[in-house]
Amino acid sequence: MKSRAVSLPYMLWMIIFTVIPLGLVAYFAFTTSDGEFTIANISQVGQYSGVLVHSVWLSIVATVICLVIAYPLAFILSRKTENVQRTMIMLVMLPMWMNFLLRTYAWMTLLEKNGVINKIFGLFGLGPFNMINTPGAVVLGMVYNYLPFMILPLHSIMLKIDDKVIEAAQDLGASPIKVFTKAVIPLSMPGITTGVTMVFVPAISTFIISRMLGGGSNMMIGDLIELQFLGNAYNPNLGSAISLVLMVLILLCMSVLNQFDADDDREGMIV
Amino acid sequence: MKKFAVMFMAAALTAMSVMSASAVDLPKVEDENYYTKFKDDNISINVYNWGEYISDGSDGSLDVNKAFEELTGIDVVYTTFASNEELYAKLKSGGVSYDIIIPSDYMIGRMIAEDMLEPLNFENIPNFSMIDEKFVNPAFDPENKYSVPYTWGVVGLIYNTQYISEEDAKSWDILWDERYMGDILMFSNSRDAFGIALKKLGYSFNTTDEDEINEAAELLKEQKPFVQAYVMDEIFDKMQGEEAAVAPYYAGDAITMIEANENLAFSIPKEGTNIFIDSMCIPKSAKQKEAAEMYINFMLETEVAAANCEYIGYSTPHAEALKTLDEEISSNPIAYPDDETLENTESFLYLPKATSDLYDKLWTQILSNDQRYNEWFVPILMVVCVAVSIGINIMRSIKKKRNTY
Amino acid sequence: MTNKKSKWCSNLYTFLVYLFLYAPIFVLIAFSFNKSKSRSVWTGFTFDWYKSLFHNELIINSLINTLIIAAVASVAATVLGTAAAIGINNMNKWLKGVVMNVTYLPVINPEIVTGVSLMLLFIFFRIEFGYTTLILAHISFSVPYVILNVMPKLRQMDKFVYEAALDLGCNPFKAFMKAVIPEIMPGIISGFLMAFTYSIDDFVISYFTSGPQAQTLPIAIYSMTRRKVSPEVNALSTIIFIVVLAILLLVNLKDAGKAKLNRKKIGGEAAR
Repeated sequence: MKSRAVSLPYMLWMIIFTVIPLGLVAYFAFTTSDGEFTIANISQVGQYSGVLVHSVWLSIVATVICLVIAYPLAFILSRKTENVQRTMIMLVMLPMWMNFLLRTYAWMTLLEKNGVINKIFGLFGLGPFNMINTPGAVVLGMVYNYLPFMILPLHSIMLKIDDKVIEAAQDLGASPIKVFTKAVIPLSMPGITTGVTMVFVPAISTFIISRMLGGGSNMMIGDLIELQFLGNAYNPNLGSAISLVLMVLILLCMSVLNQFDADDDREGMIV
Repeated sequence: MKKFAVMFMAAALTAMSVMSASAVDLPKVEDENYYTKFKDDNISINVYNWGEYISDGSDGSLDVNKAFEELTGIDVVYTTFASNEELYAKLKSGGVSYDIIIPSDYMIGRMIAEDMLEPLNFENIPNFSMIDEKFVNPAFDPENKYSVPYTWGVVGLIYNTQYISEEDAKSWDILWDERYMGDILMFSNSRDAFGIALKKLGYSFNTTDEDEINEAAELLKEQKPFVQAYVMDEIFDKMQGEEAAVAPYYAGDAITMIEANENLAFSIPKEGTNIFIDSMCIPKSAKQKEAAEMYINFMLETEVAAANCEYIGYSTPHAEALKTLDEEISSNPIAYPDDETLENTESFLYLPKATSDLYDKLWTQILSNDQRYNEWFVPILMVVCVAVSIGINIMRSIKKKRNTY
Repeated sequence: MTNKKSKWCSNLYTFLVYLFLYAPIFVLIAFSFNKSKSRSVWTGFTFDWYKSLFHNELIINSLINTLIIAAVASVAATVLGTAAAIGINNMNKWLKGVVMNVTYLPVINPEIVTGVSLMLLFIFFRIEFGYTTLILAHISFSVPYVILNVMPKLRQMDKFVYEAALDLGCNPFKAFMKAVIPEIMPGIISGFLMAFTYSIDDFVISYFTSGPQAQTLPIAIYSMTRRKVSPEVNALSTIIFIVVLAILLLVNLKDAGKAKLNRKKIGGEAAR
């Protein structure tokens, strides 16, 4: 029990399967295909800053929409009776058990020109609307896939907000808006930061959603990486450089989000 | 919880799938003894083919892979790719071994040049003699050491006659036509896409002139706002479902699509087009070379070649198979265009490395967002990011220290 | 009056969000009963796809692959992770900090980066893509979840239980099995379940580390979505959906969902 030796296999594992692979990414990012040192790859990433900005922008929009949708819902749910809550939360999680590729594919069926939504609009003489293969469709796909990751942490934090706090604020004469901004939001802050990271990180690095709903021209960083490794423009060195940039970008986002979190006495936190 | 349920289901499914193993009608072969060599060796071969590119037993067709398995006792592991470039990336990155691949002409040239293919032993492929002479010793494999032709065809426009007139569909220009904004599909692989732009400009497919290629890239960027999606195999769904009005694609697939939706038609633009040959090859990483050659030979059995050709719609280089095909198929001008059309075609040749690198680079740029920033943008952003992150952490630790006093 | 109105509003809102969550799933289920292969035109009701599902070797084989890989990987990850957690718990603060930081890396790193880095690793060591690489990759990304589940239990545990067991004459191994393991069992189980679900779900990392011989279900579905998803896959997902729903409803609603929820929670917490 006192011995640290039992963790040796894992330490070895960790070095081989976490440290070395990331080292390899860095190595590839800074070498040419012949193995010579270069920074050309990294500076070449600059040519794709359009993609970078585009992905950051789309994932910020998706994260904000998730937050706006999930926040009221989480609050409403947290004020229900325990049994109702349990069922409702289960219903939020249930879709996550369906393969996400299939769910995204189902959105294609819904959004297409001759898709289900346009057919319904057609009944009222509206449309057809051009919905698929647009940035909007990509954002929708992200919101849909990652919404539960926002609802769940928000809900669990709101459970902890005591009704009495809200009542006390009301009794002290605070307007509903004030109650909200001064009591509910600060108390739910940890849930917000968790939710935001859980939506933002997968959103910014996705390559399936943008491919299926974006028609191949709404490229995201993920697509760019995939394109270099297994796609139509083979260049693993550039791909590694982009991966490295993506990693740094995300670590930065985390450290910024960290600042909203009062509790910083945690063990082994990065940045 | 779910996992156990899934586990039970899987057990049930396995049981059922074992019960349902059904026999297929074996095609007639030239020499049955030849195929018995590995009968009891329990080996398997990895076949890597284009999507929708083999007769797979659906709709009453011959299930080629199953027939081969039953005839030879060799297990076929069949997977698919969507473009030559994807195949190249997969092979080049390593880590996978395939026994049979079916790339197109220019890619075979590139792979030969990069020493990625294994020379074939034609003694194991006696059926090669039935290949039409026109397809022996092609430009990309002049001594015919590495490849056995599987199909050939041309690239053209597949369009929906409800929206597009026959007249309009006679030129590549339609892919740049504002009227069809958002109804145009485009190749998602660089070589085909660049090819169209080059032809529209009147250049050769195989130009190595950087200016010409850059000009083509500009043209493709111009086209981007009109394009609904960049696709490969997805085209079947989108054209048949009338999601888009026009797209460039391979003739054989066009036949399949026209069969599924009568509103579709095919045309070969007057500027000229690409003629391609897709051939079976064995990559260097292959583990079962002889079994792979057996597979190639099996694909050249007259009945098998005819079944494939009927099912996928592409044109066959197999002289005997062509004879056995229905008149309706073998005289279809889409699959077997007249000589006049064929004269106006050009095949893709292997491009030198510098040119293919340029293609890859430009193609990534075309697909990525159009906005450009200075190329120092990202490195500087990174440095700023790291600095901010370190700064934040230092500030925090200072604050923390102060608090503890 | 206003109260009633606001309640009505909140109910409507809840309904709309759930409609959004379930719309595509209803579409999926509906088209598993569609007669034609089309995914947008309804041509009539049929059960055929459910029958042909059992004859579709590609789907069945990849389902079996998925389950085998998930089972092997999650068991291995649980053993490795539990041992690791015990060892890490005994480390000094500095070393613990370093090890935990590295452990968190795969959790917060974008999946695509993890996938790409593992792909480079396997190529570098010339391991052929197949079952081996998939299982290694799956163990790698699920070990952290086991550790992160077991660690809190170890911290809560009374340190003297183990020593008491030794004093009472147990040998160290026996004392460990009898005193420590039962204490941390809930953590081990939830870690195992998390590893298992994660492994079954995974697409991105498998995409970069799988070879032709070992295709998992998500990979098979991906290659289908590029052409045409056979309604048989819809049928399979409908079956899975109904089974999961039934189990969740029948057994303990809360516990069944915990594994998945926790996994994401830990992901989020690590991120902070």
